Amino acid sequence: MYNKFRVLVVDMTKKKSKVEFFDTRKKWLGGSGLAAGLFEKYALFDRDPFHPDQPVIFAIGPLTGLFPMMSKTIMSFMSPYNSQYTESHGGGRSAMALRFAGYDALVITGRAERLTCLGFGSSEIHIQDVHYLKGMDIFKTGKILRNLKPKNPGHRSILRIGPAGENLVSYACVNIDTYRHFGRMGGGASLGAKNIKGIIISGDSTFDLPPEAVKEYGKTYKDIYKEVTETGAVRKYHNLGTPENLIPLNELKALPWRNLQSTHDPEIESISGEKFARDLLLRQVACAGCPVGCIHIGLLRERFGEEHEFLYRQVSYDYEPIFGVGSMLGVTSASEVLTLLEDVERLGLDAISAGVALAWATEALEKGIVSRQQTLADLKFGDVQSYRTALQNLADQTNEFYRYLGKGALAAAEKFGGEEFACVLGQEMAGYATGENYFVSQALGFRHSHLDTGAYSFDQEEQAKDIQESINYMQKQEYYRILMCSMAGCLFGRKAYPKENILRALNSLGYDYSGNDLDDTVKAIQAHRWAIKFRTGFKPDEVKIPKRFLEVETWKGKIDPDYLFRLKDEYQKVLKDIAGGHRFEEEEEKPEVES
Amino acid sequence: MKILKASNMKRCIGCYSCSLACARNIHKSFSWKRSGIRIHSSGGISTGYEATVCLACDPPPCAPVCPTEALKPRKGGGILLKKELCISCGECAKACPVDAIYFDPENNLPVFCIHCGRCVPFCPHDCLEMAEPSKEMSNV
Repeated sequence: MYNKFRVLVVDMTKKKSKVEFFDTRKKWLGGSGLAAGLFEKYALFDRDPFHPDQPVIFAIGPLTGLFPMMSKTIMSFMSPYNSQYTESHGGGRSAMALRFAGYDALVITGRAERLTCLGFGSSEIHIQDVHYLKGMDIFKTGKILRNLKPKNPGHRSILRIGPAGENLVSYACVNIDTYRHFGRMGGGASLGAKNIKGIIISGDSTFDLPPEAVKEYGKTYKDIYKEVTETGAVRKYHNLGTPENLIPLNELKALPWRNLQSTHDPEIESISGEKFARDLLLRQVACAGCPVGCIHIGLLRERFGEEHEFLYRQVSYDYEPIFGVGSMLGVTSASEVLTLLEDVERLGLDAISAGVALAWATEALEKGIVSRQQTLADLKFGDVQSYRTALQNLADQTNEFYRYLGKGALAAAEKFGGEEFACVLGQEMAGYATGENYFVSQALGFRHSHLDTGAYSFDQEEQAKDIQESINYMQKQEYYRILMCSMAGCLFGRKAYPKENILRALNSLGYDYSGNDLDDTVKAIQAHRWAIKFRTGFKPDEVKIPKRFLEVETWKGKIDPDYLFRLKDEYQKVLKDIAGGHRFEEEEEKPEVES
Repeated sequence: MKILKASNMKRCIGCYSCSLACARNIHKSFSWKRSGIRIHSSGGISTGYEATVCLACDPPPCAPVCPTEALKPRKGGGILLKKELCISCGECAKACPVDAIYFDPENNLPVFCIHCGRCVPFCPHDCLEMAEPSKEMSNV
């Protein structure tokens, strides 16, 4: 049984929508595979990311909501950061809401005339003028959008952008339900360019389970639920959460500090996962359909008056954001990290890129490459107030310096100098200075993310200097991750969802894939995604690995540039081969578009 | 007779596993609304979660308003529905003081908790329990 994909296509220019059906379930699977298929159909490959007709896609998978941890939405778009095809994955209630709105995907094309909120459910679509939200931050925007249509409190998802997205910062994020994000690669700017301030997805419909599947599905659900909630491998994400990695990585000399000038610092205890949990953790919450509850919310208490006058904020934290605005900026107080994370959240920036870009700016100012007149703040590692000023300027795109910085640290460095210490590997680095394999994997990763292949783990293995082993590892990981993201599940569920469990879950619902079918399908999706990335301009040979990465010293000693560049050369060939395996549909089958 | 109580909602993480379990196991559905227990935040996730669930009133104010006696009081509190007698008038949902009856627009039937407890093992945080109903103090 392979039912058709049901896709809502909204044209913001014409204010018209249509429901389209794609009989490609077996081939595209869902999630990442579906997103790639839809992108090929709707994208203007030879136009820039902000062309009004460029599509922004949100896709879910065949297991969404039907099994625990199948809680992600795959956002795909031409990235404002590098003009290439990319994905950004987010949770919250977005996936479940889209499922119960009755769609496998949402495709948005066109550009609204004025700032707009798109709202839809299973039997309603509203294109709502929200010009009055111009420049408004993420939190206030969320509160106001709650009063817009469709109203279905508790069973809807509210996506929105902040000032950074409206001002087209290349790493503006899309906020989902206050605490989650389509964080990386500039999805916020893609919506900003369409004049979309918010999207409300109402999950208001119900599906009857096919009577023949009820028993097997119920049993499979129960078994997987047990695995998710009772095995430590998944539960750890609830306890300290991802910040449990701060101390171990610091111990390994693999945690980037102060623009990667070092990989270890004695101050680690003050921003460790343990410190956050002990002193600031308010509670954990979950994405809809996930019993883990990995979202850690910290309490930020702020004194605002002479007398004992306080206000409090609830700020979500994770390993990567703590690295981005904590260790990378030399901020060694947990509360101060939350202060910066609150600003980043409010403005709608990606915490990793914003932190890493400001780390570059700090060193550039220190070295006299840029001036105080340009940075508008005395950026100094550890100086929270200067970073607060800088974040505001970054989101507001105040001057030429911040306009370049808003395109990324490397873009700013190419303009002003200081390329050698821009910590960029395709995009601003994630928090893993684990070695050559990781650096190459992010630089050449499909979405330049630590999650593409998880090569930071391979850096810790004995064969970490074996090129073929490394490529095998990255390919094996990429295969699995494409499978999981086509379902579309959370990658924290890896241990609970080996391929056999995914197959069992699919089979229990009547999708009769065999193991081999699934392998072939995932390989085809992998080729498809890479082919689209190459077609939108990916040139792996031109991806830079700045000098700073070659100066890193980890627990293994100094980086070996020879191994690193040989691995990069070899991996480039592998990726070109994979992409070469995909054939695009004939041009004439693509929808007609105005030039 | 024990009833379902959402006693520890301060612990709720908003995963909806309880709603999904009720929909799946009782209503043979895939839904986060067609469920005897429904979860929602009260004005955004930062304010925490609430459960809307039948409080097992005894006697239940929703039963007498049913014109066809499809809805009958359940022993120990709450109600039971005889589907074939229901004419889908929706009066029961209006009568519930805590909005615990969801009138399902798709199959035109009231959906409410039957206090079977099958959602309880699917709550990862022990927010739910099967417990004896509280006794109202009577003024003698």
